[in-house]
Amino acid sequence: MQTGRSRSKGISKMTERDKVDPERRDFLINTTAILGAVGAAGACWPFISSMNPTSAVKSEAVTEVGLQGIAPGAVHTVAWRGEPVFIFHRNQDEIAAMEQSNGGKDPQPDAARVKHADWLVVVGICTHLGCVPNKTGQGWLCPCHGSIYDNSGRVLSGPAPRNLAVPPYSFVADDKIVIG
Amino acid sequence: MANRVIAWIDRRFPFSSFIKHELTEYPTPRNLSYWWNFGFLAGFMLVLQIASGVFLAMHYKPDIRLAFDSVQYIMREVNYGWLLRDLHAVGASAFFIVIYIHMARTLYYGSYRAPRELLWWSGQILLLLLMATAFMGYLLPWGQMSYWGAQVITSLFRATPWVGDELVMWLRGDYVVSDATLNRFFALHYLVPFLIAGMVFIHLVALHAVKSSNPSGINLADKDNIPFHPYFTSKDFYGLGVFLMVFCAFVFFAPEFFIATNNNVPADPLRTPPHIEPEWYFLPFYAILRAIPDTLGGVAAMAMSILVFAVMPYLDRSRLPGGARYRPFYRLLFYVFIVDVAVLSYVGTYPPTPILVSVGRVATFVYFTLFLLLPFVSKKEEAWLRARGLPPELEALLAGENDKTGGGK
Repeated sequence: MQTGRSRSKGISKMTERDKVDPERRDFLINTTAILGAVGAAGACWPFISSMNPTSAVKSEAVTEVGLQGIAPGAVHTVAWRGEPVFIFHRNQDEIAAMEQSNGGKDPQPDAARVKHADWLVVVGICTHLGCVPNKTGQGWLCPCHGSIYDNSGRVLSGPAPRNLAVPPYSFVADDKIVIG
Repeated sequence: MANRVIAWIDRRFPFSSFIKHELTEYPTPRNLSYWWNFGFLAGFMLVLQIASGVFLAMHYKPDIRLAFDSVQYIMREVNYGWLLRDLHAVGASAFFIVIYIHMARTLYYGSYRAPRELLWWSGQILLLLLMATAFMGYLLPWGQMSYWGAQVITSLFRATPWVGDELVMWLRGDYVVSDATLNRFFALHYLVPFLIAGMVFIHLVALHAVKSSNPSGINLADKDNIPFHPYFTSKDFYGLGVFLMVFCAFVFFAPEFFIATNNNVPADPLRTPPHIEPEWYFLPFYAILRAIPDTLGGVAAMAMSILVFAVMPYLDRSRLPGGARYRPFYRLLFYVFIVDVAVLSYVGTYPPTPILVSVGRVATFVYFTLFLLLPFVSKKEEAWLRARGLPPELEALLAGENDKTGGGK
């Protein structure tokens, strides 16, 4: 590049101004590239974020359940955040058996998993890969990969790493709970 | 008139020279067997799946209240909707059969070896894209098997360290597979096939740079190549005719053959069917997932079982050209691998009884051991074969290759 001034001198002579400073040039290229990359990454965020659950989905996270119709030995399944929650009305034998054991792979006392020993409330989603376990006499059996849970929702065998999760819930009356 | 139009184009765009160079006069080994037909068939299946899929999308509704019924509507009301749907559903299975045979041919004949590594790796990326497309497409009918398949596979990502739960929620857009999930799977199921088409272009560029491998495994002299057209266009179309006879037999007489009975029941997020299994083309990998008694380990093993193909060019250390045909021990490994995959598929089909879990573990062990043995086997095999004296025809081929390189070609 020659300015009009240098052309007017007839012979183009490199002035201090025209000399390429490689360090300065590298610095400019690098900072521009970094800034551009950060900007591009930032521009991706709205797209990524749009795939997260909306606040409407998140706010539907409270479920109220009446317990009066659930006979001893029965499991009632309700949906909480779209996930099944098992409400299991346990009988005295089952409670006694559960209080004596600590579970299997993920030991936990039964008392830490219930608010009222008669009622077991657990998220009915296998901690392995998210299937809904089926009720058996001894507890639950996951049909997908054969994980076995006891009547406290604690994993005894199979690929599941953890016990069935206990959702946050509270008794608002003797026969009514609120999950969430 | 046509000639003038072509001439007009050729002055502005290399149309004729491209066709001539890449199709009609493209040099192709004369000794290709019908095992080399399956790349063309895979290309045909991609076109058929995109075409039938685009027309299905004109009637399908990606909404959890409407999705299941809209598929029934396509089957019953839309003109030839049953045909579009059966072509597309059977087509998915046919696509995988073709691709798996294409891959088995590559393994048997050692076509993955230098200089075809990039060709092989672009094929590996194509396989992963195809699997992703098939998986997302399977959710769309919104049956029980669709739902629980998606639930299980998205749960795999929970094994990701630290951000597992957030990642799974992000993938689903909800706490469970839901309307948000169905919508995005539909969008991506429509998108990814076009990425596949782009990747196929790269696959073909790589192919045309290194040219087709052939059963002898050596680069043939020019005199052994023949133009692609008409020799291989006719051969490929003949193969397509045979393939279509089998394919159409399924489409018209057994369209439900590849569809799980459970998928005729609408999805119920509160009840898993007593037995779920993935589509047949995922069964070996699913069996490997189940064989490892640890979530992260199982997911890692499943991912490895697919990605391990990428290192084949480096695991196979034999310098002898040709595939299993000239290499008895490699041939043995190949057939053990095929049987092992069949065993894994069988194990993946059934509920996990203790015996089947043990069989699955042994088969998983064998699967990875075969790959780990390959460097030693291929090295020893080469030494053994050379000590024993190579078969005369292989000696001749090798000598021919040496002459060629010696001749400064």
